[in-house]
Amino acid sequence: MATRPDQTTDPRSPTVGADGYHWPDANGHFGPYGGMFVPETLMHPLMELREAYERYLGDADFVRELESDLRDYVGRPSPLYHAERWSRELGGAQIFLKREDLNHTGAHKINNTIGQALLARRMGKTRIIAETGAGQHGVASATVAARMGLECIVYMGEVDVARQEANVYRMRLLGAEVVSVKSGSRTLKDALNEAMRDWVTNIDNTFYIIGTVAGPHPYPAMVRDFQSVIGREARAQMLERTGRLPDALVACVGGGSNAIGLFYPFIDDAEVAIHGVEAAGDGLATGRHAAPLCAGSPGVLHGNRTYLMEDVDGQIIETHSISAGLDYPGVGPEHAWLKDSGRANYVAVTDSEALAAFHALTRTEGIIPALETSHALAYATKLAPTMRKDQTIVISLSGRGDKDMHTVAQLDGIKL
Amino acid sequence: MSRIAGMFQRLGAEDRTALIPFVTAGDPSPEVTVPLMHRMVAAGADLIELGVPFSDPIADGPVIQRATERALARGVRLRDVLDMVRRFREQDSETPVVLMGYLNPIEIMGHGAFAAAAREAGVDGALVVDVPPEEGHDLVEALRAENLDLVYLLAPTSDGERIRRIGAVASGFVYYVSVKGVTGAGNLDVEGVAAKLAEIRARIDLPVGVGFGIKDADDAARVSAVADAVIVGSAIVGRIEQLADTPEQIPEVVAGFIAELRQAIDTASHA
Repeated sequence: MATRPDQTTDPRSPTVGADGYHWPDANGHFGPYGGMFVPETLMHPLMELREAYERYLGDADFVRELESDLRDYVGRPSPLYHAERWSRELGGAQIFLKREDLNHTGAHKINNTIGQALLARRMGKTRIIAETGAGQHGVASATVAARMGLECIVYMGEVDVARQEANVYRMRLLGAEVVSVKSGSRTLKDALNEAMRDWVTNIDNTFYIIGTVAGPHPYPAMVRDFQSVIGREARAQMLERTGRLPDALVACVGGGSNAIGLFYPFIDDAEVAIHGVEAAGDGLATGRHAAPLCAGSPGVLHGNRTYLMEDVDGQIIETHSISAGLDYPGVGPEHAWLKDSGRANYVAVTDSEALAAFHALTRTEGIIPALETSHALAYATKLAPTMRKDQTIVISLSGRGDKDMHTVAQLDGIKL
Repeated sequence: MSRIAGMFQRLGAEDRTALIPFVTAGDPSPEVTVPLMHRMVAAGADLIELGVPFSDPIADGPVIQRATERALARGVRLRDVLDMVRRFREQDSETPVVLMGYLNPIEIMGHGAFAAAAREAGVDGALVVDVPPEEGHDLVEALRAENLDLVYLLAPTSDGERIRRIGAVASGFVYYVSVKGVTGAGNLDVEGVAAKLAEIRARIDLPVGVGFGIKDADDAARVSAVADAVIVGSAIVGRIEQLADTPEQIPEVVAGFIAELRQAIDTASHA
């Protein structure tokens, strides 16, 4: 397995290892999850993508270019910060924050868009499309497209366009065309539908950069591999800092790309507990949430089988979360598998718990986290006090909170 | 012999091309669909494709997306669609009916339970848009156990190997998507279609229907010269949409359009 600490910049993560964790299988399945549930027209481009991805992962030039971009453009490795004051306040385990918020564009999303855009260029594609909810993946896609001189179209639900104006403007500044999607619930899932429709229509020149570990194979594995730089670095940094592996990992899960990125290099380390945190919105009991792993059921959406928010007739239902980035009715198929296999524990925290954690971290450490990230922080405030002071937790600080100023201010009754 | 195979055999003997209209079940309201199906048959439809509404129709263009939203807003679900077929069968035991939709509503009902319920209702086959042969094993088994046909899409991007692979599991007929794109999109390139159909026929021994992008009688006539069936969806659904506020006019107008298509196809077939 390519998860040893000395391989911190190797993006490869063999899907079939000599021992240990080896998912997905050759057809992109994680146990019963994942797969390629797409219309026939997309099978050929997906096969093409799969071949290109497998080829370039072993290509020294590609790996070198990716490493140099991650270092010089994204700013990697990201720091691992010991939040001593917050740890002391919580009175239990020592908390370390993996600072993905310090990446260029302010979140983990760019680890993946850099990788996929480099792949797009090698495949000779001149046009990039992406879906976005809160706008972070859209900004990260528009950013790499600007840098590489590629045309970029970002699909965004009409509802999200209205509530994330600043990010829409950022994307337009970067030269992207933002298409407001008016179908269905007019949110992230509909943006994804529309991006897939675009791809079906323009497969000859277009590369679809999916922003999370969902979609048809090879996306869940490919996005995981690009994001697992988070976990590889964190693993090496913890070993260097504390001389051993962390006792627990915590990350928020919407589609689940920052979480898989942190978790994946630790999956074979049985002594490391893994916690994924979904959005409970108003509370799981109210039905107004975005927690398919905690309160959904298996089904097929957006090209893969996974846990979904669906009604008894298999129609996808609307989700609710204070955090636009977690407001998605599905979740990456690998999380579904890690849940069923028992390797990871999935929990959910409410909007108000996440907000409390948002304020707590801001006040005690001077770090303003994204609302998505605040869900992971909220669970850590419950977990840390149950652990000893010589134990450690690594939290993926997946993004910064600048984009959420309006939302939080509004809740405090302040108009910015 | 299945109703679908029987229909193609009969038309083949007469050297005629089949006409397959698509409508979304329950659009614009549930009570419209069954009478509309009968009118379409009377006007010359040989097989009816009934769209099963799903919240996230990734292969559909705006016209069928909106039809889906209208049907869903009226509460039309897979069970209701099966019920419509059951009622259609009370007066028509001849015309094949194929359900077209997405996997999730079937998945949640259970593949076996769906196949049994579909058979019992009088459905002849299913086309599940987001299930390629790679993922279709369970569904194929379940439908086969109930003697239902599983219709597969073929695309301009399907190479020889994929065509063979689909031919190994498809039954009833195969549906060639004539444009790269979603339903209702693009411009028809009949010569390109003809070339691809030759490639398909060399590898699959089933009738080949052509759809996605056939907008009018002229398109239908041109396609009928090369295909075993002409499939028309968005052009019909678009007419239904225009009459959504006066649903009583829908059967008449749609039947008029079907008759026009029928005549164009028959004239071309005999040309």
